[in-house]
Amino acid sequence: MAGHATTHVDTATAWGGKVSPFNASYGKLMMWFFLVSDALTFGGLLIAYGYTRHTTTEAWPIGEETFNALPFLGHGYPLAYVALMTFILIVSSVTMVLAVEAGHRMDKKGVFKWMIATIIGGMIFLGSQAWEWSHFIHGTHFGSVELVEGQYKGSRAIVAGEFGEFKSFTVVEAGKHHKKGEVIKESADELFHHFRTAVIAGNVKDGKIKLHDGSIATWERAADEDMKLILKTDGSGNAYKKVIRLTGKDAEKAYWTALNAGKKGTIVYGADLTSNEYGPQQYGQFFFFITGFHGFHVFSGVIINILIFLGVARGTYHKRGHYEMVEKTGLYWHFVDLVWVFVFTFFYLV
Amino acid sequence: MERDDIIEYSLDTHHSEEAGKQIRKKIWVVTAILTLVTAIEVAIGAMVHQDNPNWWIVKLLFIGLTLFKAGYIVLTFMHLGDEKKVLKYVILVPYFIFIIYLIFIALTESNAVHNTLGTYGG
Repeated sequence: MAGHATTHVDTATAWGGKVSPFNASYGKLMMWFFLVSDALTFGGLLIAYGYTRHTTTEAWPIGEETFNALPFLGHGYPLAYVALMTFILIVSSVTMVLAVEAGHRMDKKGVFKWMIATIIGGMIFLGSQAWEWSHFIHGTHFGSVELVEGQYKGSRAIVAGEFGEFKSFTVVEAGKHHKKGEVIKESADELFHHFRTAVIAGNVKDGKIKLHDGSIATWERAADEDMKLILKTDGSGNAYKKVIRLTGKDAEKAYWTALNAGKKGTIVYGADLTSNEYGPQQYGQFFFFITGFHGFHVFSGVIINILIFLGVARGTYHKRGHYEMVEKTGLYWHFVDLVWVFVFTFFYLV
Repeated sequence: MERDDIIEYSLDTHHSEEAGKQIRKKIWVVTAILTLVTAIEVAIGAMVHQDNPNWWIVKLLFIGLTLFKAGYIVLTFMHLGDEKKVLKYVILVPYFIFIIYLIFIALTESNAVHNTLGTYGG
């Protein structure tokens, strides 16, 4: 292994200063220094996140409430998906270190095999992150709701539970395309899409939805299940002090009353840079920036790994007599994993 | 002038088949540790909620476990543990000085801002 200070370095091979204080090559040293500066960048971003989170007087979103969905399986699996993503990235880090180890034995086949595994792991992680972002941006079927009456008037709550699927719309007032009495039957997802669009535009009022052609319809849908409102801000404008949950009929009444008031902005679906259903505006912005910046690192890591892999396949490093290039990209790849460990803790766990 | 990365230091890292076996064994042990710690974190995260009065203990535990994982990644996967001492410290010491300083400044300031907003309204 490296670190044996015993190696004699003659002046022809020592870099500029004629001595080698670190007993490491120039390239490897510079990779380390780059990583230190990159780590300071990520450190700065995460500390900025912590700063904002500590200054805010609203309730900050909680990881296990925000990230509880799995592809194909729906909601109710707190942190499972992000744990899987973490595991994938750790495994790809392991395959990378195995590639480096194989390189130290000049085992070209081993390096080849483990580099492929690393690249695949990185791609799976990127795909997972794309799903995660898509899910974060689209949000839940309920969105978050600002309550319009009762004790908690003016408070904003996130909603947990199963949204009852839409079955059909029945037109009660004709528009450009639909006649009165017409029953619109589409898939539950398509109907929900119309509904969501109308809610955002303020076109749902008193149990009636105004469709894009100007016709007005009522809807038929299954009942909501296990509905729960978790209040995130206190309507009185004071700092959020304790968790208040409305459940069952209370939750359903509060939610649908607010929705049927027909005011724009009462329901917020998903997330963009100006608002999100999970909590304060800055939460969404930091989510996009930090996980995006990390994702960009993973992306460039995959590209660099592919380039190095091509070098391995062509035998460039084997001819050179060592696989230090694999070691150097390995440093970068492990660093990406290292950053994720911190993002995982500060974004999802605490 | 010949390229230094081709000749000297890189060859130091070469090892034999037997040494490789040892190293691979260590890699798999570290993998198991990292996976286990992540699983524990997720289990605690899903079980203990933030309105729990003992949440601060869990929070400190999470940060501790994260540093524990980070240590394994840097020292074993990135081989920093095997580098010369001086290289190790040139990398770690400046980083920790800056980051601890920044954390201290940011948290002190943000808590002060929070209290001000709480007193005078935001």
